[in-house]
Amino acid sequence: MAGALHRMATEIVERNQGTDGLVIVGIQRRGVELAERVAALIEAAEGTTLPRGKLDITLYRDDLQTIGPRPIVNETRLPAALDGASVIIVDDVLYTGRTARAALDEVADFGRPRRVWLCVLVDRGGRELPIQADIVGSTVALDTRDRVEVMVTEVDGLDAVDVIRAANGEAR
Amino acid sequence: MTTALGKDLIGLEGLTRAQIELILDTAEPFKEVSERPIKKVPALRGKTIVNLFFEPSTRTRISFEFAEKRLSADTVNVASSGSSVSKGETLVDTARNLEAMRIDMVVIRHGSSGAAQFLGNRIRSNVVNAGDGQHEHPTQGLLDLLTLRDEFGKIEGLKVAICGDVLHSRVARSNLWGLRTMGAEVGICGPASLLPRGISELGVTMLPRIEDAIQWADALNILRLQLERMHAGFIPSLREYNRVFGVSTERLAQAPKPLRILHPGPMNRGVEIDSDVADGPHSVILPQVTNGVAVRMAVLYLLAGGSPEWATPGSDDR
Repeated sequence: MAGALHRMATEIVERNQGTDGLVIVGIQRRGVELAERVAALIEAAEGTTLPRGKLDITLYRDDLQTIGPRPIVNETRLPAALDGASVIIVDDVLYTGRTARAALDEVADFGRPRRVWLCVLVDRGGRELPIQADIVGSTVALDTRDRVEVMVTEVDGLDAVDVIRAANGEAR
Repeated sequence: MTTALGKDLIGLEGLTRAQIELILDTAEPFKEVSERPIKKVPALRGKTIVNLFFEPSTRTRISFEFAEKRLSADTVNVASSGSSVSKGETLVDTARNLEAMRIDMVVIRHGSSGAAQFLGNRIRSNVVNAGDGQHEHPTQGLLDLLTLRDEFGKIEGLKVAICGDVLHSRVARSNLWGLRTMGAEVGICGPASLLPRGISELGVTMLPRIEDAIQWADALNILRLQLERMHAGFIPSLREYNRVFGVSTERLAQAPKPLRILHPGPMNRGVEIDSDVADGPHSVILPQVTNGVAVRMAVLYLLAGGSPEWATPGSDDR
């Protein structure tokens, strides 16, 4: 995971041609930790400080009316000025694209960034909306019944990416 | 699931600690929504909420309306005057007619204790009690709990004195149940003519004088003296009440620790609370109002999720 995060941090700076206007925003829960890691890597490499944010997209989910008892809502905290910024949305896994859609809608309620990039650790395919990531740690093609679990030390006590195949039920 | 709220919010009596904590924890992220440049999230998009107010109310009605609008619900306000209620329509008929227009939730304020429960038992929509007679005002109790938790970091072990007209106060009842469930100690202070019979048997600390409450408590929740009570002979005069039970800066100066002052509003300045206390450094009266919107958003959000058997079929099901 460390190597992938390094590559992602480097690519963010290259794409933005520096760190001007960068705001790193993580999606609750594990995207927040990954965003913090990526931001710290960029800061160490570039000798600068970057504004960060965290986004909980629960209230923007398109299935809120049908999922029954309400999910817990976590904190949303974005820097005051998003207008004109280059916002990097960081999440652990990109799958259907519905979370990214919700995140884009929520960011738009905080201002008008110059551009928004989507940065994910794992792209597992299986999109249900026309959305793609700009910066990807690794890509795996998985069946809809397979699962990807990303664990980070801050939440889970270790860093790991597990792919659980429905066919044999084993992690690898 | 034991923490789910069920269909209605009628009172804090009977709610578990886990349920109250769920509401308070859910209110936290909703505080931030009201700080955004665009103060709106789409969580209740497509839901229709009727605010059915049979008693005058400014703060509570506006607070509910902000909460509903910031969740993107569509709202309709019905006041008793100027509606068919003034033509003698019964509560259930009014509500059933509204339900026939496919509404999802009713927020009700009514002069009769038990009106919210009565309604909740008879209609499919979610019912939120916004104050019923002398029974309960649960969202006020919840916003008081949230404000205390903000100020002290926890509610367990706090000493909270409820001061004034406890007899007629639904706010006092909701506070009493909520505070006890959350592990706080409750004190009661007020003239004997304005205390309910048998209250000392509820496991509360009786504080005969306001000076006793100030010595004992971490926070005072000062109830509004309903002015019509004076005419009914419960107290000799407003001046007399202020002299004996009014919370003044001089009295607060005797407190062994810095107190927090809560008041559900509207205040009678110079009666139960002096102006320099209401506007002073110990007052958390305006944070209470801010928290009221967040706590009501949390309640509406949680109830709209509901238990599956009450889920409205086909509503915004994309």
